[in-house]
Amino acid sequence: MIKIWSMKKNEEAAAKKKPKTSAAQIRVQKDLTELDLPPTMTTVFPDPADLLNFSLTITPDEGMYQGGAFVFSFVINSNYPHEPPKVKCTQTIYHPNVDLEGNVCLNILREDWKPVLNLNSVMVGLQYLFLEPNADDPLNKEAAEELRKNREQFLYNVKQSMRGGYVKGVQYAKVNV
Amino acid sequence: MATPDVARVNGSSHRTDWHDRYYHVDQVLDRPGPRTDPSFMAGAGVKEFLRTQCKILVIGAGGLGCEILANLALSGFKDIHVIDMDTIDISNLNRQFLFRPKDVGKPKALVAAEYIMKRVPGVTVTPYFGKIQDKDDDYYMQFNLVICGLDSVEARRWINATLVNLVDPENPESLKPLIDGGTEGFKGQARVILPTVTSCYECSLDMLNKPTAFPICTIANTPRLPEHCIEWASVLEWPRVQGEKKMDTDDPEHIQWLYNIASARAKEFKIEGVTWQLTQGVVKNIIPAIASTNAIIAASCCNEAFKIATSSAAYLNNYFMLIGTDGVYSYTFEHEKRDDCPVCGGESLEVSVPRSWTVERLIEMLVEKQDIQIKKPSLSSGAKHIYFQAPKQLEEATRPNLEKPLVDLVPDGGDITVTASSLPFSLSLRVTYV
Repeated sequence: MIKIWSMKKNEEAAAKKKPKTSAAQIRVQKDLTELDLPPTMTTVFPDPADLLNFSLTITPDEGMYQGGAFVFSFVINSNYPHEPPKVKCTQTIYHPNVDLEGNVCLNILREDWKPVLNLNSVMVGLQYLFLEPNADDPLNKEAAEELRKNREQFLYNVKQSMRGGYVKGVQYAKVNV
Repeated sequence: MATPDVARVNGSSHRTDWHDRYYHVDQVLDRPGPRTDPSFMAGAGVKEFLRTQCKILVIGAGGLGCEILANLALSGFKDIHVIDMDTIDISNLNRQFLFRPKDVGKPKALVAAEYIMKRVPGVTVTPYFGKIQDKDDDYYMQFNLVICGLDSVEARRWINATLVNLVDPENPESLKPLIDGGTEGFKGQARVILPTVTSCYECSLDMLNKPTAFPICTIANTPRLPEHCIEWASVLEWPRVQGEKKMDTDDPEHIQWLYNIASARAKEFKIEGVTWQLTQGVVKNIIPAIASTNAIIAASCCNEAFKIATSSAAYLNNYFMLIGTDGVYSYTFEHEKRDDCPVCGGESLEVSVPRSWTVERLIEMLVEKQDIQIKKPSLSSGAKHIYFQAPKQLEEATRPNLEKPLVDLVPDGGDITVTASSLPFSLSLRVTYV
């Protein structure tokens, strides 16, 4: 066998020994403990010992969705950050970029995810969807159509849905706080 | 070439080495060359090591694994172990040449081991049908070398982290060279990882192609490709219709369901090209495997294994890539170690503290220490959270630990992972009590 150890001896790093924690775990610890969230966002851990499953509540303080509390579930797997976290809206909400099943159209959650991004970037991206709903990337086509054609009506629909009311035959979750 | 005299029974493995069995390999082992390592023991010494002592682990008995096993056995490795968690599928037979139609459904590791032992006298191949995660550090300690022919990033990250963690500065034997092969269509790579010495698998994670993902709004509204229809079926329709039921991409019924849904959608949007195979390919993220790419990469890996095991020539430093998409292009370079690598990078410190110290006292020490200067450190040990600075809920949940004696949470000689915004990645502490 080649004598690798003799090369090792020359290295200053000879004393390195890492604990038995997965790289994904350490990365999540780093991401979470360095979260820099505005007061409009709060994380909730159903099991504080489990960092890989939690929810995020967004309460926008401006824009069309002001006054609502929107809850997203985060599921992180052991391939993080090679793979993005899986994020879903847990309520049925009226939003051009969120469908009735809670799927979210946010580029950094899918096609534009990179390992250099972190949980903070995902959360800030989600909040941005409530400040600037985007009619060009629709998941709820009707909502997008309304936003593009008639902003007043869209705003009315948003308010109606947030009260737990019906919009075009669909009942939405009451998210007003 | 000499013909084998009948392999003698009950002999130790080298008894089956008939005259001139290794005539060609011995040309390399009997005398040093211009680039041989000074420690090279030409002749009997090195042959003895390779053929009676060296124990090598092959991870994966698929496309690369079959080639690797055959190459190793034929170049004189005698004690080979192989792990694979898969069973043989009919679609494997075009390139995984150790398997025959009668083997379909059987574990790859077992069939491969049996085949090699039948064809190459004197070689012992010990199979394990299961996951690499089933095995512990003691298992991996027994090998001199590890070769991987895997198709998953996750498994590579696991074995890489395991071998890096295995390195014990007190024990030279604990440093196991890892040779990693990988192929994707006409492209491939072979690399030599000397855990903690060279760049590791995790260091190069950002070089990976990310799995193809389409914007979810395109899938939902404006599908143009057959892949869009299949993603629609698997990403949106499956959870909507099947609810909590988990999709198993190895279950033909699940694939059939996805195929039916995707076909209907393709018809609606007048898109052609949704097939059963494509459906399976998209949901399992399969890139067609090319037998010749596997052969080249496996040859390169085994060549490195042979050079490292025998010191007969300089080994790869440390990354060889092959691009066969336009002609044949290859490039070798030294991938650099990353200081902020979560597996092999970061600082490590030995700290020795009085038994009476609380967690809070340790944190004060970390903040005060001139040579570290950590702002707002968060601490954990294994899966246990010791103290988290944020978010609020976790800070509150871990705050009671601040007053506890450290020794109640971390045993003597235990490790603590420290993260902080001022650290590039993490710092690991080994605590001893005085």
